[in-house]
Amino acid sequence: MPKITYIDSNGISKTCEVANGLSVMEGAIQNGIDGILAICGGSCACSTCHSYIDEPWMTTVGPPDEIEASTLELAVDRRPNSRLSCQIVVTEALDGLVVRVADNDS
Amino acid sequence: MSAAPFVVIGAGQAGLQVCDSLRKLGYAGELVLIGAETSPPYQRPPLSKKFLAGDLEVERLYLRPDSFYAKLDVALHVGREVQRIDREHREIEFTDGHRLAYAKLALTTGARIRPLQCPGVERVDVFYVRTLDDGLRLRARLADVGHVTIVGGGFIGLEVAAMARSLGKEVVLLETLDRLMARAVSPTVSAYFADLHRAHGVELRLACAVRALHDSGSGKLQVSTDHGPDFETGLLVAGIGVVPNAELAIDAGLEGRDGIVVDVHARTADPDIVAAGDCTLHYNGYLARQARLESVQNAVDQAKVAAASMLGQADAYVQVPWFWSDQYDAKLQMAGIGMPFDDCVERGERAGGSFSLFYFRAGRLVGADSINRPVDHMACRKLLAQGTMVVPAEIAREDVDLMQLART
Repeated sequence: MPKITYIDSNGISKTCEVANGLSVMEGAIQNGIDGILAICGGSCACSTCHSYIDEPWMTTVGPPDEIEASTLELAVDRRPNSRLSCQIVVTEALDGLVVRVADNDS
Repeated sequence: MSAAPFVVIGAGQAGLQVCDSLRKLGYAGELVLIGAETSPPYQRPPLSKKFLAGDLEVERLYLRPDSFYAKLDVALHVGREVQRIDREHREIEFTDGHRLAYAKLALTTGARIRPLQCPGVERVDVFYVRTLDDGLRLRARLADVGHVTIVGGGFIGLEVAAMARSLGKEVVLLETLDRLMARAVSPTVSAYFADLHRAHGVELRLACAVRALHDSGSGKLQVSTDHGPDFETGLLVAGIGVVPNAELAIDAGLEGRDGIVVDVHARTADPDIVAAGDCTLHYNGYLARQARLESVQNAVDQAKVAAASMLGQADAYVQVPWFWSDQYDAKLQMAGIGMPFDDCVERGERAGGSFSLFYFRAGRLVGADSINRPVDHMACRKLLAQGTMVVPAEIAREDVDLMQLART
């Protein structure tokens, strides 16, 4: 199973095994990562699973599509490496991915 | 003697959010979350959507893993029904007679399906979509039938129709009003979705009510309507709205009509009792009127306010309502409450399946319905939240960047 390292908004890092086919958001929820709220359940409607992709991973993960990019407009502190973690599907290619959770609670 | 716990009745999206927010706000006391259903808090929206396609595991609907409740020190009691609130003694009583004291109480009891009523309904099997059990039951039955009848042309009925068509079922949909989703969207959007469903092969009968149902044997049922010929179907699904679970509050002497009445702080008239989510008839600070909203957004945002009120903070619930529905490849997103409106402008290309309608009332933007136009939806939410003054002519111009407008 791919390993993903989540760094929450308090700077606490946790590396978790996440099953292929789940989203990066679902992996965070299952592993109790603080700051991922995902209130729309992964429908790309709310931006409360906003995360930053660690720069070296940006090419592999890829950019947001149009729907996601516009939903990200609602996110606080959007950056060039912002993604909605519900829209990233976990595959073996993402083994070792590092994501920083945005401050979605504010 | 230690202080009584904070108790939350109703383990849905709102109940979970109350618990989460209480801990985030620093409440360190005992916390009890009670659910009448046997599952931990789960997402309802997928039940009428991708869950029906059959490839989504039940566990993926759970809002949080089991470990979450231990980590937050929330005592989650599922499969337990509360029958009474004893406000005088600050206790709740379960249906099995057990009692539990509370220091503060949150009612996040949600809503239940409105049952279909017509002659013969009690002798046939009618399916609904509200609970996880409903979803599992419908999903299993859907796999076994070739013909599906849906009563109700609201979000639930239409989403089920779309899923049933994608599974190759023949689908008849009956709606008593003369247009779809009449409570939520404008006639233009209703007409667009009627065309969409017909193009996907749904037999849509508008302004048509079920007159009677008969068991026609071998698991099928006969449907009589008030116009058009009778027909036989393998499965009947009703999505005709919900009724708020307000009885606990009303029986305890609290005000309840179409929902438990709460103020902008999610407080009932009892200083120790708050309520949030689908069950509330609340003063909505954004709409500046009383409203009962059935949505994830309302459940979460109002629950945050309710949690703050339990701790004596007076946050106000002032959030732009938003909703969404997925039907085939059409993502319908609604911002604000557009109905009723006195002016309306359109952006985008209706023929291309990507357009928005922006609604105005007395010169002010009040909402937008967007079909595959997420930028419009998000921009509208921002414009509404900020109270930005915009004129209809400006919105109608494609060369005006709405997101830019919302940023200024």
